[in-house]
Amino acid sequence: MANFETVEVTTDLLILGGGMAACGAAVEAAHWAKKHNVKVTLVDKAAMDRSGAVAMGLSAINQYVGLKDGENTLEDYVKYVRNDLMGITREDLVASIARHVDSTVHLFEKWGLPIWKDAAGKYVHEGRWQLMINGESYKVIVAEAAKNALGISNIIERVFIVEPLMDGDRIAGAVGFSVRENKFYVFKAKAVLVSMGGAVHVFKPRSVGEGLGRAWYPPWNSGSSAYFTIRAGAEMTCQEVRFIPVRFKDGYGPVGAWFLLFKSRATNAMGGDYMVERKPELQNWLPYGNVKPVPANLRNYLGMLDVMAGKGPIYMRTEEAIQKLSEAVQDPKERKKKLKELESEAWEDFLDMTISQAILWAGTNVEPEVKPSEIAASEPYFIGSHSGASGAWVSGPKDLAPPEYFWGYANMSTVKGMFCAGDASGASSHKFSSGSLTEGRIAAKEAIRYIVENNTQPKVDMAAVNALKAKILKPLDLFQEFKSASSDPDINPNFMKPKMFMFRLQKAMDEYGAGVTSQFTTNKMALEKALELLGMLREDAEKLAAEDLHELMRCWENVQRLWQAEVHIRTILFRQETRWPGYYMRADFPKMDEANWRVFVNATWNPKSGDWKMEKKPVINIVK
Amino acid sequence: MPSFVNPAKCDGCKALDKTACQYICPNDLMVLNKELMKAYNQEPEMCWECYNCVKICPTQAVEVRGYADFVPMGASVSPMRSTEDIMWTIKFRNGQIKRFKFPIRTTPEGSAVPDGGWKTATEDLSSPVLFSEPESLGLPGVIGFKK
Ligand SMILES: Cc1cc2nc3c(=O)[nH]c(=O)nc-3n(C[C@H](O)[C@H](O)[C@H](O)COP(=O)(O)OP(=O)(O)OC[C@H]3O[C@@H](n4cnc5c(N)ncnc54)[C@H](O)[C@@H]3O)c2cc1C
Ligand code: SF4
Ligand code: SF4
Repeated sequence: MANFETVEVTTDLLILGGGMAACGAAVEAAHWAKKHNVKVTLVDKAAMDRSGAVAMGLSAINQYVGLKDGENTLEDYVKYVRNDLMGITREDLVASIARHVDSTVHLFEKWGLPIWKDAAGKYVHEGRWQLMINGESYKVIVAEAAKNALGISNIIERVFIVEPLMDGDRIAGAVGFSVRENKFYVFKAKAVLVSMGGAVHVFKPRSVGEGLGRAWYPPWNSGSSAYFTIRAGAEMTCQEVRFIPVRFKDGYGPVGAWFLLFKSRATNAMGGDYMVERKPELQNWLPYGNVKPVPANLRNYLGMLDVMAGKGPIYMRTEEAIQKLSEAVQDPKERKKKLKELESEAWEDFLDMTISQAILWAGTNVEPEVKPSEIAASEPYFIGSHSGASGAWVSGPKDLAPPEYFWGYANMSTVKGMFCAGDASGASSHKFSSGSLTEGRIAAKEAIRYIVENNTQPKVDMAAVNALKAKILKPLDLFQEFKSASSDPDINPNFMKPKMFMFRLQKAMDEYGAGVTSQFTTNKMALEKALELLGMLREDAEKLAAEDLHELMRCWENVQRLWQAEVHIRTILFRQETRWPGYYMRADFPKMDEANWRVFVNATWNPKSGDWKMEKKPVINIVK
Repeated sequence: MPSFVNPAKCDGCKALDKTACQYICPNDLMVLNKELMKAYNQEPEMCWECYNCVKICPTQAVEVRGYADFVPMGASVSPMRSTEDIMWTIKFRNGQIKRFKFPIRTTPEGSAVPDGGWKTATEDLSSPVLFSEPESLGLPGVIGFKK
């Protein structure tokens, strides 16, 4: 076995990840931990200042309820999320986040995040729930608060987490390795808070050359949360609810400001507006087809119908929107000023969060006030905090959850002591950056309570740890053992490099699992074919090889993607209806079936037998 | 290529134990060639063009060249980030230049106070009241569903 020192870290609360949810968890945990003498340790695969989906920055805070000023109620937010998810949502979880999220946003402002304000000192809204920010340093600021709260001695960066450690049915910690030095890490903890983000590159992206990394979702989140929680034996929910954002084509620049703030239209190649022309189609998806705003997947679907009918490309009519807004200003001098302002806002929207789109505009000589830009549906991603919903099935808070949804501690998964937040927890969509941080706070406080009430260190079987160490380092050994069998380090009859493993996964998912090339459509036979291919890929995971630490990380990232893929396919296969057209379509069950399928589908992998259990769980409406 | 290093400008962060670009890249892409003492992007096709290596480099040695598989040549987007704001220079393929400046934070670097100066109303671990609440909510208490 490769020569790696084993580093043991014993702590009380282990926070996995350093993104929005983890930073919220750190800030909250630090406060309660001090009072109860609890030790907290945070581990991130990258540098917290710029890790996770907010690494580049953001141009908006997408969840702010405005409770203090009576702008909206908790119930308003729950209804919005429920409708956008075609009826399938955990209302207790959504409300739990919504009742605290404003506190988080107010903290952001204190920490130093510039939030746009109008002349009266009120936040400038992009839409009903969204606030405009100067968010280039959003993540830096949030990480700074987390570091100041927790102390840098409790933060470990550049350690990649792979597997959970278990003590029977209770979580006991996690193992991983440093991507900087030959060290294998063993974390022993009383409670673990999983917040390692969602997954990208499970499906083949539209660009596969140099632009392979330019997916909408950042290439560094590889399904670590899903893998970790599945392998611990947790019940997983909404694994069919992938997210397909429609964004500016190729650069994936955001469209929110264009649709909401600038009130832009999108039209097809013939100039037709699919939201108007295809409105009757919405009647096939009642009651959700009638709600305002139209659910994200249905909006996608109407545009996709145009593309499938040969009416593409679809254009965001930026020139029309800017013209309208500036024409509304009478005075010619003021109008010129307004135009400059709009131009600057439009560019900042990209520069704060999708700089590639700015390069693409500059490279193709696009000035948004002059020329429209193409938009397109991206490949599918797993991001339970955005408009997807995939994640672990977690308990609601005692005062909001019905008994069916409550088992002791808010945000605890079905595995004792394992808490989940952000993209790691499911069925509570539309948390976004602010809600994810908030959920991390909720989960952290409950995890501290769990530790205080269950204050024993779980047992860790060191033989099991050593077996994990051998398994995790095996790709390095395999490379050394067989490298002399060929003159090319990447092509070898005895092993496979992680990049090709990823391409094999992406090809199977794209073609059989309703990716871009199969027009987001699949059926039972195709899904079974996908499972067959994934099964062989799982066998071949034993033959992954790595030349160095970087490649070792890539090996495990792709194994994690494979498990995310499998639970996704199994869940789509189980649900015999099409509920989210625009995210995926089951050609063999093309309609929504409220009588049989207005339910959650939950999937659990049994670590002992290796079997999957699929089951329906009731959707309980709390808000009328 | 996405991010690339200009060898004339890179000084390998003066051989310090960790180079700035390697420290910051969220995808572990930037590495130092120890023989040449120059950094490079080891897996450009996994780059998100997040510009974090560009923004952090003390010698402005890192730039981004748009993804060759869909961005026509000739454009560039370059930031200058200070402690308070960021200035962007955008050069179009046709030579046109635009400049934009945006604030990045309202407080001095390093000074974020976790509780924002707000007190936490309770010591009760089982209450739904979180750290800094309810003051930070601007409400008298944490609310629940309307009965
Ligand atoms: C392109 C894009 C645009 C968005 N725009 C907006 C917006 O405008 N407004 C808004 O409010 N929200 C927006 N969001 C949503 C927001 O970014 C997410 O909701 C939020 O970041 C989720 O938080 P998280 O903590 O679950 O994941 P992340 O913030 O992604 O954090 C994941 C963390 O886990 C770490 N990690 C991953 N794997 C491992 C591992 N194996 N071991 C150790 N650590 C690991 C990562 O390094 C990272 O620190 C956007 C998201 C994307 C992708
Ligand atoms: S940060 Fe700049 S100077 Fe330092 S190693 Fe990287 S490219 Fe070279
Ligand atoms: S642009 Fe971002 S992803 Fe690309 S090398 Fe630099 S820091 Fe890494």
